[in-house]
Amino acid sequence: MNRTTFALLKKYGLLLLFALFVGFSHLLPFRAGLEIGKNFRMFLMEMILILPLIFILIGLFDAWVPRETITRHVGPGSGVWGLFWVILLAMLQAGPLYAAFPVAALLWKKGCSTVNIFVYLGAFSTLKIPMLAFEVGFLGLKFSLLRAAFSLPVFLAIGWLLAKFLKSKAFTVSGDD
Amino acid sequence: MIGLILTTTIVLGVSFFADRGKTLSGLKKGAMMFGNILPALFSVLILVSVFLYLVPPRMLSAWLGEGTGWFGVAGAAVFGSVSLIPGFIAFPLGGILIKSGVSLQTIAVFITTLMMVGVLTLPLEAKYFGWRLSILRNALSFIGALVIGLLMGIFL
Repeated sequence: MNRTTFALLKKYGLLLLFALFVGFSHLLPFRAGLEIGKNFRMFLMEMILILPLIFILIGLFDAWVPRETITRHVGPGSGVWGLFWVILLAMLQAGPLYAAFPVAALLWKKGCSTVNIFVYLGAFSTLKIPMLAFEVGFLGLKFSLLRAAFSLPVFLAIGWLLAKFLKSKAFTVSGDD
Repeated sequence: MIGLILTTTIVLGVSFFADRGKTLSGLKKGAMMFGNILPALFSVLILVSVFLYLVPPRMLSAWLGEGTGWFGVAGAAVFGSVSLIPGFIAFPLGGILIKSGVSLQTIAVFITTLMMVGVLTLPLEAKYFGWRLSILRNALSFIGALVIGLLMGIFL
């Protein structure tokens, strides 16, 4: 077995096993396997549309926005305005949290401060406007407002704590390799 | 979703018009990043699919509906942390459960942990931030989500 095959197998071995499992479930048929395969297709459909679009935007962002711009607006020492920009950016987005990780990693690589990275992830998980609108519809305005009001200080604190934790270590983020 | 498609189309169009070379190099970079994350993404999708089979939504609502007091809140926190339920299912489910008499505190804890903590997506998060930092972020978010949910229970 040559090296490329081995590398591919190491990367996609689990997927291959899973495909075999679902395939055999169809042959037998094995009900649990069929259900799991159906779930997999459902989640795959959800992300196969969103993620390529997000990575197109990330790639273009990487090509167009110079590091200096990011450092100036949301880098270390950007203060309250830096917080404002990352929270605003997060609020205007949509999608599951795992779609925000590559964006956060790219911002970090381009010089965004650690506090702002984790505040961005916090705001993304709790304050996205499309999600808030939905939440208000089903759980009521009071529920959403209270949750948003309590979330803000909590994720600011989490960002501050994580930045403090990382300050003691020389930390680098694996953005694109 | 439509917003995302529209935004991407417009940004791509403007970028291509402004600088073809830059656009192509950006797209190449984006594709490379996507390719690198793909294996971890498939692992997470497999995990989530198996989890959803083992713990279907009807089991979740039965658990949250029957669990009372601290037991219910603890169950809500665990389910919320592990599940990966999109908002368009979680919010209506929460609304129904509140109407059927489940305490607001339990629902608040479920919703906050669901949003802030992602145990099943840890392999993906670790690809970008490393295991230690990812676990730490999730642990802090778990505590934070519990605090938010419990406080909401007092004020609602």
